[in-house]
Amino acid sequence: MIGSAAKALMIRDLRLLWRRRGDALQPALFALLVVVLFALALGGEAQALAKVAAAVLWLAVLLAGLLALDTLFRGDADDGSLEQWMLAPVPLSWLVLVRTCMHWATTALPLLIATPFLAELLHLPRAQLPVLLASLALGTPLLSLLGAVVAALTVGMRRSGILVALLALPLYVPILVFGAGSVAAAAQGLDPTGALLLLGAGLVLALVLAPLAAAAAIRIALD
Amino acid sequence: MPEFEPSHPPLLAVSGLSFARNEQPVFGPLDFAVDAGEALLVQGDNGAGKTTLLRVLAGLLRPDAGDVSIDGRSATASLRSQAISYMGHLPALKSDLTALENLDFLCGLHGRRRGQLPGNAMGIVGLAGYEDTLVRQLSAGQKRRLALARLWLAPSPLWLLDEPYANLDLDGINLVNRMVQAHLRDGGAALLTTHGAYAAPPVRTRMLVLERAVANA
Repeated sequence: MIGSAAKALMIRDLRLLWRRRGDALQPALFALLVVVLFALALGGEAQALAKVAAAVLWLAVLLAGLLALDTLFRGDADDGSLEQWMLAPVPLSWLVLVRTCMHWATTALPLLIATPFLAELLHLPRAQLPVLLASLALGTPLLSLLGAVVAALTVGMRRSGILVALLALPLYVPILVFGAGSVAAAAQGLDPTGALLLLGAGLVLALVLAPLAAAAAIRIALD
Repeated sequence: MPEFEPSHPPLLAVSGLSFARNEQPVFGPLDFAVDAGEALLVQGDNGAGKTTLLRVLAGLLRPDAGDVSIDGRSATASLRSQAISYMGHLPALKSDLTALENLDFLCGLHGRRRGQLPGNAMGIVGLAGYEDTLVRQLSAGQKRRLALARLWLAPSPLWLLDEPYANLDLDGINLVNRMVQAHLRDGGAALLTTHGAYAAPPVRTRMLVLERAVANA
C-alpha cells in the first residue's frame, strides 16, 4: 500500500512536470541569472570572482529553492488533493516525504547538474568543485526538507510569500554557513569533512523529523 | 418507529458529537447511526454545518465532544481511512493531467475495489471517450462525474458525499442515485448532504435536519 501510493505520487509528479516543462526550468534559470548578473556586477575579474564563487553559487541555489518552495503544496491545497492525502490509508508524513523528494529532484537536482557549468562561469578553482558539489548534494535536500515544514505551515494562507521567506531564512542560515563554509575551508587548505559531516547529520535528522512536522503542520493549516 | 435491536453494530454510530468554531457552536450534540444498506440524507440551510459534520466524520476536523464509531469500534485514523470515502466541494483533480491519469493516481492513493477498473468506471459515470482529455477541458459537471468515478473505484463501505448533486444535470442526478443504490445493495452506506429534498435517492433513506446554531446562545 505504502509502496503503491508512493509510486502513484511519483508518476503523477513526473507527468505534471512534463506537462509544465517550461515552469520546471525556472529555478535553474533563476540561478543562472543570479550568477551571470553577479559576474557582470563584479566586473568579470577572474581573481575576484574565484574568491566569492562558492558563496555566490550557494546563495543562488538557496534563493532558487526558496522561489520554488511555494509550489510544494500550494497546488495540492487549492484543488483539494491534500484533503484526499489526509484521508488516504497511508501516513500523511510518508506522502509529504515522497512529494518533497520529488520536489527536490525536479527543482534542486537540475541545479546540481548545472553547478559545474555555473562554477566555470565564476572561475571557481577546479579543486574546490568536488567539495562544492558534495556540500550542495547534502545541503539542498536539507533545504527542501526544512522548506517543506515552512511551506506546510503557510499552506492555509492565500498570500504567504513574505511569511515563507521570514520563516525559512533563519532555518536556512546554518545550512548556508556550513555549506559555503566547507568550500571556504577547502579553499584555505583546511579539511572540509567536519562541515560536510554536520550537513549529513542534519540531513539524516531532517529526513526523519521534517515529514512528521510538515504533516502535522498541514493538518493544522487545513483545519 | 418500532425499536429493534440490531444483531450487529451499525456501520457508523455517532453519540454526543458536537463541534464549535471560535466558541460558536456549529452543530450538535448529535446522536445517530447509519446501518449498512442505508442512506442518511443530511439536510439544512446554508451555514447549518452540513459540510462541517461530514468533515468531522471523515476525520479532517476534530470534534469538541462526542464519539464516532465504525462497525462498533472507536474510529481511529487508520480505521477511517479504510472505511470512509469522502467527496468534498473540491474535486482533488489535477487540471494538467488527463481524466484517466487522475483516476490512476487516486486509485494508487486510496486503493481499488476488487474487479473494478478505471476505464470501466469512466463508462459508468458517462465519461467514456474522455479518458485522454485534460481535466482543465472538462466542464464542472464532468469533473463532478470524474470524482464520482473515483468514489466508485474506492474500496470503502461508507461514502460521505458533500452536495453530490451540485453542478449535475438531470441525468447526472439520476447517476448519483443509481450509484448510491448499487452501493447500498452491496452492503455499503452513504451520507449525503443537500440543501433541498429534490434529489433523494430511491433507497431506504433517513433524514437528519441540521438547524443553524443560534449565535450568542
